[in-house]
Amino acid sequence: METTATHHADMHRDDDASKIGMWLFIFTEILLFGGLFIVYSVYRFRNPVAFHIAHQELSITMGLINTIILLISSATVAISISAIQKKDRKMSMMMLGMTLLFALIFLVNKYFEWGAKFEHGMYPGSDLMTMLSHGDMLFFSLYFFMTGLHAVHIIVGMVLLSVSLFKVRNGAIHSTRFVLLENSGLYWHLVDLIWIFLFPLFYLIH
Amino acid sequence: MSKDNHHHIVEYKNHILVLFLLIALTVITVAITSVELGPYNTAAAMVIASIKAAIVLMYFMHLRFDQKIYRFMATIVILIFFAVIIVTFFDYLYR
Repeated sequence: METTATHHADMHRDDDASKIGMWLFIFTEILLFGGLFIVYSVYRFRNPVAFHIAHQELSITMGLINTIILLISSATVAISISAIQKKDRKMSMMMLGMTLLFALIFLVNKYFEWGAKFEHGMYPGSDLMTMLSHGDMLFFSLYFFMTGLHAVHIIVGMVLLSVSLFKVRNGAIHSTRFVLLENSGLYWHLVDLIWIFLFPLFYLIH
Repeated sequence: MSKDNHHHIVEYKNHILVLFLLIALTVITVAITSVELGPYNTAAAMVIASIKAAIVLMYFMHLRFDQKIYRFMATIVILIFFAVIIVTFFDYLYR
């Protein structure tokens, strides 16, 4: 801990430490998804034909729309942080609200995307799934697991951003104290970062 | 220790510019992978995805403006990840 006296009446806080802590957590997330990407790459390398055919089942348009939605939501979070630094609370709240809206749209799209698969009897553990060839089964299992885990992260991100929005609203987050908003933003960018790789891997590469 | 005066404020319009750049790169990826380039498809998609990831890390996640320690840590983690990829594929390619 710093021994130099800080002449502040408020409680001790160390924004750099919070941020380093957040980054360390983000690194564990990167390695978690990184490990899954390696699993995907190895199986793809061993089952090139099956993966090629299976990937055609996914809608590029749907994936592209969701990619753009996530990119926009990342920009709105970044703007919200700039806004709070500029003491523009209204702008910050508006941007956070927009981010939450985009996150919701992303999940709704995902719902329809997964829903269409489920309707065709394609879901983990279904009869159809167990009848698939080894390569197809690997592709779809990884697809459901990785996009599912990503969707869980979206939901966690939404909770963090909602808490931040609430705290901006009641003044707990302000222009000199916004590390919670910053950390929630970092988490949200991580969610975007993961999708940046998920999209080409599952939807595009052939 | 200085509290908040080291914070760099990024202008709104810069965020918007970065956003347009990212969307443009996404569209380029879709365009490139829709033509038949054989093995280069994967390479092109992954290179562009890495560029996009770097842009998100540097600008949206403020690595470019924050203290060096964050950039340093992130670089090490990425290098570790690449090392694992290389070791894994040495195994699978040459077994």
